[in-house]
Amino acid sequence: MTAVYKHRLFWPIVSLITLIAINAIARPQFIKITMRDGELYGPLISILRESAPLMLVALGMTIVIATRGIDLSVGATMAVSGAVALTIIDGSGDPGNLGTVLTACVVALLVSLVLGAWNGFLVSVVGIQPIIATLVLMLAGRGVALLITGGFITTVNSEPFAFIASGYLVALPFAFLIGVVAIVVMSLVERRTALGVLTEAVGINPEASRLAGVRSRSIIWGAYMVSGVLAGVAGLIYASNIRAADANAAGVFIELYAILAVVLGGTSLNGGKFSIAGTVVGVLIIQTLESSILFLGVSSAQSPVFFGFVVALVVVVQSPRMREGLAALSGRMRSRGPGARNDDKVEVA
Amino acid sequence: MDEVRPLLELTGATVRFGADAALDRVDFRLYPGEVHSLMGENGAGKSTLIKAITGALAMDEGELRLAGERVSFATPHEAQASGISTVYQEIELLPNLSVAENVFLGREPRRGGVVSRRLMRERAAAVLEDLGLTLDPASLLGTHSVAVQQLVAIARAISADVRVLVLDEPTSSLDLDEVAELFRVIRELKARGVAILFVSHFLDQVYELADRITVLRDGELVGEYLTGELLRIDLVQKMLGREIGEVRARGRVSEDDAEDGSAAVLRARGVSVAHGVAGADVDLAEGEVLGVAGLLGSGRTSLAHALTGVAHLESGVIRIESTDARLDSPRHAISLGVVYSSENRRRDGIVAELSVVDNITLALQSERGVFRRIPPARRRELAASWVDALDIRPPDLDRPVGTLSGGNQQKVLLARLLALSPRVLVLDEPTRGIDVGAKVEIQNLVSELADNGMSVVFISAELEEVLRVGDRVAVMRDGRIVETVAAADLTTDSLLALVAQPGEGED
Repeated sequence: MTAVYKHRLFWPIVSLITLIAINAIARPQFIKITMRDGELYGPLISILRESAPLMLVALGMTIVIATRGIDLSVGATMAVSGAVALTIIDGSGDPGNLGTVLTACVVALLVSLVLGAWNGFLVSVVGIQPIIATLVLMLAGRGVALLITGGFITTVNSEPFAFIASGYLVALPFAFLIGVVAIVVMSLVERRTALGVLTEAVGINPEASRLAGVRSRSIIWGAYMVSGVLAGVAGLIYASNIRAADANAAGVFIELYAILAVVLGGTSLNGGKFSIAGTVVGVLIIQTLESSILFLGVSSAQSPVFFGFVVALVVVVQSPRMREGLAALSGRMRSRGPGARNDDKVEVA
Repeated sequence: MDEVRPLLELTGATVRFGADAALDRVDFRLYPGEVHSLMGENGAGKSTLIKAITGALAMDEGELRLAGERVSFATPHEAQASGISTVYQEIELLPNLSVAENVFLGREPRRGGVVSRRLMRERAAAVLEDLGLTLDPASLLGTHSVAVQQLVAIARAISADVRVLVLDEPTSSLDLDEVAELFRVIRELKARGVAILFVSHFLDQVYELADRITVLRDGELVGEYLTGELLRIDLVQKMLGREIGEVRARGRVSEDDAEDGSAAVLRARGVSVAHGVAGADVDLAEGEVLGVAGLLGSGRTSLAHALTGVAHLESGVIRIESTDARLDSPRHAISLGVVYSSENRRRDGIVAELSVVDNITLALQSERGVFRRIPPARRRELAASWVDALDIRPPDLDRPVGTLSGGNQQKVLLARLLALSPRVLVLDEPTRGIDVGAKVEIQNLVSELADNGMSVVFISAELEEVLRVGDRVAVMRDGRIVETVAAADLTTDSLLALVAQPGEGED
């Protein structure tokens, strides 16, 4: 029991279940799932479907944060990715052609990869602080997307492209399945290769890792490339959902939500130890919360305050001091002096 | 001098980090109008003592008196308000602000409650002029050289009503002219009655400037001396510590082997690293332990960096086995069988939050590559065998390394390197700050490894240790290897004389 209680995912999962339970009590149809034409529907399924872009971005963010970095450019990369794909589809004679759509998606992802590589270059080779390095693209990226679309919102009517966000495969939303594939691939890479532990080593102590012969530069560079590609996929899902490339609206603030999801999942912004499962739970918490706001009928004027309040609550509950307090309450009563903890300061080179 | 009361008096100062005492019942006093030098090797407690005086760190025990009155500073700001100013080695100023703003940062002169820039510039100009600096107070600090910035830091320190000025290695980034300029300023402050605490690892500077010297070792007070009455060699001996005891050199490698460069596993010629080591020659035979002796700042660590690809070579060649190698990274050196263990275990060695297994297998895993993962069972088996062989305690593979004792952390680091089956092991102060038992274990381990054919460069501040472990000893001073002598031909005294300064042994 204590093992379960102490698990790093204990509190995130408790938060998620509590959120769902509150919704279910308020309106029982929240947890109702129906099958129509071999496809599943219901609020929970919508959450899974809608969470896909954030899921992808947050997975990339997890790896970047593990290396002691941060990637602020993911939203802009989403915009560029969508703009590239839609411009290609729109410019082709046959938007409904599967081959055209596939080509468009591949090119969009290659461009996203290049953007990620640019970030990685600035951070790992040039040595610019990650927050500044990725800020460049965060600010410039939307401009690039606007240039690609010529300043307009490019819309297309393409069945294969629309499938990405609204299609179903084996009874589940296709977008959700993309997210699942990403989670599985990332988990496998972490488990089956040494990338996980080497990334953590670089994030915890870059100099010690370098002295031990770890290719820190490649690992950091790679993390930003992964983040770029995943943001590119997220951009495709977003564009597919609205069937348009809206450079000004695609992925706005998603970098902040992604960081929040990573932190809610228990990965420290100081880098090092990371948890993919934690990030998945973090994303689901955020998405469930967003849905709850709609579902519980919180007015749009109140919703940001409501969102902020709940997030603050979840973060406080998960904070080490609060956990210590709760642990002390539920376990033996121990007295502890205030200020006994001193978090290590992290030097940023 | 004795009639004068000390301006600052510290008695029984004790500071503990966990179970270790970084400062153990140390007394220290500082008189007005004197330059007092605090000496000691790395980890002797110099920084801790300074922090205790300046309020950057709370003492666990002991008391601090300023002009006879008991004081206790919770923050450096409080200390400064009482007239104790500090200039640190790393300049802690803001390059993006003007010189004047830096001088008065946090206590800007005001006129009618509003910060007056004109007043600030005028006053800054006055303080700078006092220091003999002609420099535009409105210019950005970042546009000036490091030396000028250092002097601005001092201007900042003395612009307040300063009674005690603490200078922590202020000269380490300055060249000779700049040092002379700094010394002129220090002497002038001294003449004004300021009590100056001067920390430097350059003996020449200490002897030129200091009236009195306090020596610390391993957090304990060794003694307080008048500079004129303390021979350089005695100072060095007090800093390094010395147990009089039997010293046995291993002397397994014959002179002939060692001198014959062709048998060398590692051979370096004219190796130079900027601000570190100049023109060093090293020959290391198979199964030989080369001890490196030298004071802090003698270039001993730079030499290690040069041999292991950590530092970029300015000039010189390194030959490993019989091929010339341009080592461009630690990774490259590792691939050639040359591995390095840093003197700074915590900062450059362990990955504190990772487990013993992860730490031990880190280098091996990186050498194999990301995609050729060592299977978990094999990793544990490997780690367990090293934990067993080196007697790492507690023998818990999953424990984060940061929670182990210093000696055990060092063993984990050694295991990480030995798992690579290296040909050359470069150890920079592998026994620093660890308990005596672990120390002896590590010394014995090094001897054993050498007996089995491994070549070792063993750097240590402790001369006995260098003599005990090394077959030959390279003596370093001012970035140069001044002599390489067979350990059998040395005693601690003769080595001490070589380390301190040539010819000083006689006077």
